[in-house]
Amino acid sequence: MTAYVFKRLVALIPVLLGLSIIVFAIMALIPGDPALAILGAYATPENVARLNRQLGLDQPLPLQYLTWLGNILTGDFGRSYSLNRPVIDEVLERFQATLVLAGAALVLCTLWGVLAGIVAAVRQYGWADRIVTFIVLVGISIPSFWLGLLLILLFAVELRWLPASGMYSVYGGGDLPDLLRHLVLPAVTLSAVAAGVIARLTRSAMLEVLRQDFIRTARAKGVGERGVVYRHALKAAMVSVVPVIGVQAGFVLSGAVYIETVFQWPGIGRMLVNAISTRDILLVQGGVLVVAASYVLFNLCADVVQHLLDPRVQA
Amino acid sequence: MTSAAGIAPPAEAPPPARSAWRLILRNRLAAAGLVVLASIILLALVTPLLPLHPPNATAPANRLLPPFSDGHLLGTDHLGRDILARLMWGTRLSLAVGISATFIAALIGSVIGILAGYTGGRTDNTMMRGIDMLMAFPYILLALAIVAVLGPGLFNALIAVAIVNIPFFARNIRGATVGIVHREFIDAARLSGKGRLRILAADVLPNVLPVIVITMSTTVGWMILETAGLSFLGLGSQPPQADLGSMLGEGRRLLMNAPHVSYLPGLVIFLIVMSINLLGDGVRDALDPRLRAGALARPAPMTAIDRTDMGTDVAPVDAPLSVDHLTTQFRLGSDTHHAVNEVSLSLGRGECLGVIGESGSGKSVTALSLAALVASPPGVIAGGRVLLHGSDLLSKSARELRKVRGRDVAYIFQDPLSTLHPQFTVGDQLVEAIRAHRHMSRAAAWAEAVRLLDLVRIPNPRGRARAYPHELSGGMRQRVGIAMALANAPEIIVADEPTTALDVTVQAQVLDLMDELRRDRDTAVLFITHDFGVVTQICDRVAVMYAGRIVETGPTRQVLEDPAHPYTRKLIDCVPVLGSGRRRFDAISGLPPAANRLPRGCAFAERCELADAACRAGPIAMHEIAAGRQARCVRPLAGTS
Repeated sequence: MTAYVFKRLVALIPVLLGLSIIVFAIMALIPGDPALAILGAYATPENVARLNRQLGLDQPLPLQYLTWLGNILTGDFGRSYSLNRPVIDEVLERFQATLVLAGAALVLCTLWGVLAGIVAAVRQYGWADRIVTFIVLVGISIPSFWLGLLLILLFAVELRWLPASGMYSVYGGGDLPDLLRHLVLPAVTLSAVAAGVIARLTRSAMLEVLRQDFIRTARAKGVGERGVVYRHALKAAMVSVVPVIGVQAGFVLSGAVYIETVFQWPGIGRMLVNAISTRDILLVQGGVLVVAASYVLFNLCADVVQHLLDPRVQA
Repeated sequence: MTSAAGIAPPAEAPPPARSAWRLILRNRLAAAGLVVLASIILLALVTPLLPLHPPNATAPANRLLPPFSDGHLLGTDHLGRDILARLMWGTRLSLAVGISATFIAALIGSVIGILAGYTGGRTDNTMMRGIDMLMAFPYILLALAIVAVLGPGLFNALIAVAIVNIPFFARNIRGATVGIVHREFIDAARLSGKGRLRILAADVLPNVLPVIVITMSTTVGWMILETAGLSFLGLGSQPPQADLGSMLGEGRRLLMNAPHVSYLPGLVIFLIVMSINLLGDGVRDALDPRLRAGALARPAPMTAIDRTDMGTDVAPVDAPLSVDHLTTQFRLGSDTHHAVNEVSLSLGRGECLGVIGESGSGKSVTALSLAALVASPPGVIAGGRVLLHGSDLLSKSARELRKVRGRDVAYIFQDPLSTLHPQFTVGDQLVEAIRAHRHMSRAAAWAEAVRLLDLVRIPNPRGRARAYPHELSGGMRQRVGIAMALANAPEIIVADEPTTALDVTVQAQVLDLMDELRRDRDTAVLFITHDFGVVTQICDRVAVMYAGRIVETGPTRQVLEDPAHPYTRKLIDCVPVLGSGRRRFDAISGLPPAANRLPRGCAFAERCELADAACRAGPIAMHEIAAGRQARCVRPLAGTS
């Protein structure tokens, strides 16, 4: 087990390097002169040249990349010019908020995705299956940002049960119950799509497994139907569901960009959108890199869980 | 031979286009999707011809009119612009952008995929590594990074969304290309001296085109959603130009006092994507042969029972198990496969009865039918009784039957690698078998499991109990299977080809073990096999099955030495005899009849040299040819006295 995790961690290194190259390459492709962008239209050519030298932009690209990578590895992501603070501080602060939201959404979507999938499989072609199938279809077709707006209209504006936006109340909030109240709507919205995908997959994985020979063996032993479905079939089906939960983490992190905007959640998605509008490239770079790296790590976790579930999987 | 595999219908060729269309239309949801999508596209196409307000004409006096206002059917937005007109023009734009992005991604992705798949080797490796890298990014994030570089704007959003989707196409199309690149027609094209580009365009492309189209249909909905999303964030279309996403984004600020401004564009996006998904699912289902064959249906806890014939009224013979006119069918649509036809047999106390036949003769289905273990759908037990000490197992409920399975009647299956659960240790699986019928603590059951493993002569049973099935050898696994069947000391064991997957020496050991254990415990065994050698070694009596019927039964030695049915004769002749030097038949010429088209008369007539009109005239009854021997033949070879 430890050996497996270690092997996977080593295999991460080229992936992370690849990510960093792509992010660097995209940013290096930006048209126009960054020094000019920083100094403004009235800068003298001498000043531009000096800043370029200071920023290392007169070096060849591979060398620039290595310098940049060295800085990243020591935690120096540069300085955000729009916020006038180190990128790393801003990114980590915002990322915490995103982790709370995305984590809650991921737990939710796994929970009801798997449950709905089981129900649909057990009651295949029955009413429960049809209802689940329909909800799933709505879930994966609905624009999440629109769903968020509808939920705000219903639960915050009409019913006034839950706050419409933010992470904490401006006055008198700040504790855990306050956070949870703010978390409900965005987390539910964010989990919709991923739950649909997981439910579909769980359903088909369960149906696939229920036809396997070892299920017949369990029945031949005299194991009851509950044991057959929830112990034998579910355990086998989860082997193919778990990696998909890992992939869904990517969709949840992506969806967070919209949901954070809709619900004014102070996470990294909203930070990125703002940074793009203000063309704060270093901030975009840092944010993208941190989120992508966390996604890769999450997929690793999913693989480890799969490995734990299925003794046959060898890497 | 496992369960239904022998009589499963042959893999079907993809349906002709017309029947696929019919299937889509029969699927009501898919048809609804098609109608909605076609209407939306049609409306988008004719929008410029309709008498609408100009979409960008502001009229501050008419701002935020509610829906159904005079002259503005869906009301106006914060600048007094007509929402209906903006929706129609926005739909046009969103569709155009989503579809263009799909085509761009399909074009570039397919080129990468075909080149990588066709070239193979290093190029393939490098290209696919790059694609994997792109896929390591959470989806939208990459699009955001690209928009950050190119700057906000609808065209840039289109490019970003297209790039993000390229990996899906590249991967799928590479897979399809690799699948055909070594086929004969490609080799032929290469040998004929065709240029590489011509091969790619004329031979490869047409064959991967379906994959491209399917990938497009599954991604176009996403791409419409994503471009709308980028516009919603203000990174796509810029005012005054408006697609559905940016309308929604603008409307969001008016959520509290004029919600209609935002929910209408969202509703249209939802309708478009939903109809695409409905249609896509319908197409996928229509093209999936497994779904049509019912192969994806969930098997019920017990085989469906729909008996038209309850067997004979004759009081059951005094035997632990007697089977009376058992009939099992597989019903696939309007087609019925007759797997087991009126099979009757009985199993005395401590007796071993061999059931022998070719693949597809119905012997495994007979075995599984005894405890209603045939997968259903499509399996149905259509007649007969299975009497355990006179009480009919087939009239029990699933709950009652559960108590019989494993306690009174236990099974040993063919390939323990697929019939043992891969994720539980063998000890756990034994414990489960024990505790399914006996109230026992886990610890006591575990000790019992170890004892059982020892009984079937597994060395170091204490340690092996903690092993997973894949960690044991084939012979060991089969011993575990035997231990599991013995767990509750059943009166009857049904062994479905338990030695077929093993090599000959291991097979002999396992047979010896089974023979010894059944004699020690006086257990009756129904032994399914296709191997006469196995029958000789272990069975007291034998029943020969052909096309779902028993054609001959009798004491093993008598049947072997002096077979009565021509089929039995040929089956025995097929067994090679070492060192006898006698020339034997290699196989029986011809094929058994298809289980969905059984002849009225003798099913073997077509392959039998002795057959005449009488054989084909009608059903042939089983009749006694000697004491304890029966055959289903009008002119049996033996016992004609």
